[in-house]
Amino acid sequence: MANIKVLVAKPGLDGHDRGAKVVARALRDAGFEVIYTGIRLTPEQIAEAALQDDVNVVALSLLSGAHNTLFPKVVELLKAKGMEDVLVIGGGVIPEADIAGLKAAGVAAVFTPGTPTTKVVEFINDHFKK
Amino acid sequence: MANETLKAGFDKYMAGADAKAAKFPEREHLEPNRLYTPLDIEGFDYERDLGFPGQFPYTRGVQPTMYRGRFWTMRMYAGFSTAEESNKRYRYLLANGGSGLSCAFDLPTQIGYDSTDPMAEGEVGKVGVAIDSLADMEILFDGIQLDKVSTSMTINAPASVLLCMYIAVAKKQGVPQDALRGTIQNDILKEYAARGTYIFPPAPSMRLITNIFEYCSQYVPKWNTISISGYHIREAGSTAAQEIAFTIADGIAYVEAALKAGMDVDAFAGRLSFFWNAHNNVLEEVAKYRASRRIWARVMKERFGAKKEKSMMLRFHTQTAGSMLTAQQPNNNIVRVALQTAAAVMGGTQSLHTNSKDEALALPTTESVTIALRTQQIVAYESGLADTIDPLGGSYYVEALTNKIEKEAMEYIEKIDELGGAPAAIDKGYIQKEIQDSAYKWQLDVEKGRRVIVGVNKFTQEEEPPKNLLRVDGSVGKLQAEKIAAVKAKRDNAAVEKALADLEAACHEDEKTNLVPFILAAVEAYATEGEICGVMRKVFGEFKPHTAL
Amino acid sequence: MDIVEEILKHNRLALSKGITAVENEHDNAVEIMTKIYPHTGNAYVIGITGPPGAGKSTMTDKIAKEFRRRGKTVGIVAIDPTSPYSGGAILGDRIRMMDLVMDPDIFIRSMATRGSLGGLSQKAGDAVKLMDAFGMDVILVETVGVGQSEVDIVKTADTTMVVVIPGMGDDIQAIKAGILEIGDLITINKADREGADKLNIEMEMMLELNPENVEWRPPINRTIASKDIGTDKVVDSMEAHREYLIKSGKLAEIRKKRIKTEVADMINVRVNRYIDKNVIQTEGFADTVEKLATRELEPYSIVSDIVGKVLK
Repeated sequence: MANIKVLVAKPGLDGHDRGAKVVARALRDAGFEVIYTGIRLTPEQIAEAALQDDVNVVALSLLSGAHNTLFPKVVELLKAKGMEDVLVIGGGVIPEADIAGLKAAGVAAVFTPGTPTTKVVEFINDHFKK
Repeated sequence: MANETLKAGFDKYMAGADAKAAKFPEREHLEPNRLYTPLDIEGFDYERDLGFPGQFPYTRGVQPTMYRGRFWTMRMYAGFSTAEESNKRYRYLLANGGSGLSCAFDLPTQIGYDSTDPMAEGEVGKVGVAIDSLADMEILFDGIQLDKVSTSMTINAPASVLLCMYIAVAKKQGVPQDALRGTIQNDILKEYAARGTYIFPPAPSMRLITNIFEYCSQYVPKWNTISISGYHIREAGSTAAQEIAFTIADGIAYVEAALKAGMDVDAFAGRLSFFWNAHNNVLEEVAKYRASRRIWARVMKERFGAKKEKSMMLRFHTQTAGSMLTAQQPNNNIVRVALQTAAAVMGGTQSLHTNSKDEALALPTTESVTIALRTQQIVAYESGLADTIDPLGGSYYVEALTNKIEKEAMEYIEKIDELGGAPAAIDKGYIQKEIQDSAYKWQLDVEKGRRVIVGVNKFTQEEEPPKNLLRVDGSVGKLQAEKIAAVKAKRDNAAVEKALADLEAACHEDEKTNLVPFILAAVEAYATEGEICGVMRKVFGEFKPHTAL
Repeated sequence: MDIVEEILKHNRLALSKGITAVENEHDNAVEIMTKIYPHTGNAYVIGITGPPGAGKSTMTDKIAKEFRRRGKTVGIVAIDPTSPYSGGAILGDRIRMMDLVMDPDIFIRSMATRGSLGGLSQKAGDAVKLMDAFGMDVILVETVGVGQSEVDIVKTADTTMVVVIPGMGDDIQAIKAGILEIGDLITINKADREGADKLNIEMEMMLELNPENVEWRPPINRTIASKDIGTDKVVDSMEAHREYLIKSGKLAEIRKKRIKTEVADMINVRVNRYIDKNVIQTEGFADTVEKLATRELEPYSIVSDIVGKVLK
């Protein structure tokens, strides 16, 4: 699929955007069109931005521990807007024990610290090859 | 030995060894010279470049006795969930040989939202303790005599509010404010550039900072009014030289702001303190600390004409690098933290927080915090590293590296001056861009194997997911909501309204009107943090980032 | 979902999907645009351009807010360059507009410039038409630089504003021509910086040189967009320009001219792609190039031959 669009966003209040920015650049260098929306966003803002740009992927980054609340909320809001096809992925300081729950809530993959950016690229590419 | 003879000897040595075999091929541009000799520090002048400890330019340390007088303050950054839970952790740390407190606040507290604010959803009590009003602060320091400890608070945009809460708790304990010792981070510039917990635009933020400088110089003279922080700049991905360059540039901006507000440099400069990262490369870090002291001393003396010695001394707190902790094989982090501790101690830190092994996964458990604290104690009492001052001074490599980092940092500082100072450079996105470029380069170095991170890109192994992680109970938000409701039912609401109205009026006045007494009055009336910051939001507006990638 | 029907019913998802269809050249794109065309022509289209770092997206954000205060609905098309190395792009304009996102009377779309075979101005123009049919009163098209493709894009606007900043040094010389050609409005942003007065004078002098500036002389406004200073004046000027266009009859004139350019562009793109696919990228053409290189053949009759065949 040509021209995959990815929204990279940080929900919640945490300002640690190193990971999000590194991933955004790596995705750009892998040929994706990346919409970077910055820090301190509500799930509502993220879902609406995803709709306006009709993105294929929403990549969420969060290090504060609020992922169990905020990630599933983004998924729900996207569904409510008729964007159920969007691939939602997440990254950050996320304990192993939370990953199953996030997946059940519709987060397709969770990337924890130390994941090479190439893994994220591969995951997205594989998803859209199918 | 004359330099020519030495040079000839050196060339012969370099030619004699198998040069190829002595290379780290995978590291490419990361490699220092194979060997350092007097040739690398030509023109070195002991008195000019180093001086004695406690003497200009303080390269070897800010006190004449350093750790022979007393060890650094072992200050463990802690706080999570409710004030009750955090109070227990503080008492535990003090009982186990911790010598100072360091408060971590949750993000709603750091951004001036009450726990009940819709923006706080999911975040209450997560990365630190939730503080909504003076009532929470009373519980946080319950049973801790505030004239006996020094307390550091990682709080920036609402630093004035939390400082006032601390003063108010002390008053209730019968401790006068001039007896209080501690630090507020209060460094807004790095929030815009790297950490993200800003609230107000730059101008009113700088006013709040100079208001605090002025208030404390009169009433809380032992308080460190700011901790100018490179830690988060480094965490965001900068290099060692960028860490100190961007931070000292921020420091210059704060000094200029205070001078512009009419203060005398020696009236406040002695209370400025710094906050550095302790990264993995031990010797580079030692050189960084030494270079930072030398740069600041010269800046204060030569650029700002400081007269008091204290004004020229760069005193700093250190935290080991959170971003260097790995989620893989987390026990390895104990070793990393020990090496980082060694660097901070050989670099002459005034206080130190050591990270816990499990912090790439969650907030630390009591057990892992204890190991982190014990690490400091082992370095202090067993390693010998603290026995003599600046033990690496005079090492060809460390002196050459100190010069190199100083030079690189000065080039950045000059560039930032050209751009109009740190606030302008941040506004233009220059500092952010430099940090992001370094962060991306680091990532590519790791992914291409030019940098080895044990357990991550080399020596990996299959492992079970770690157990026994600390989990913050999801009910904290509800508990805090109940507490806020109770406070609001009990307090004199008319008094709160009046205090907030007075504060609002004062915000409309120019910067000569000090806001701290108005904030203190509101705090003592049990106005919530969200209410106080809400008033300031209304008058000052909110900062919106306008630089992209 | 019938995209056109839904867009006319004010369905945001349909608008977004419609733009994607034209942007990605989906099979249904032509059909959508055919059906949408009769419903367009109502929006007032404003192009905003200028060199990198001029603060265009911050300005766009503030201008959108000012139009909202004046009761207008606003569409925004924000264009960023595609990396020539990876084909990827960072579309970073939205970060400065995040507090517009939740406004139901605003719709922002980021677009990358993508490939080299043209078509960007057509795609941006189609996105504008879709927003127009959706019911946006004002549509802001923001693009970086004043190169040819940017000029092409802003040609689709009724009013074009060029944003400049003090301290651009020699860069200002380079964009002079572009400004003269396209700027109906000039805005000096970051006007609190040193050199704003000098830049103002330079701009005045440049405008003096243009003999066409008789009926409408491009006003020069000064702004500090990051502090929302001066943007109301900019919007006043935009509305004044619109007023002038309507009263002088120029609006109809430039729109006709625009339609002509647009159609010409569409034909060009179509023909270019046809030739690229059926001639340039074929094996036979590679052979021809070999023979041209060894001087076995000469290009002039080859070109006549190919064009003759294509036009037949």
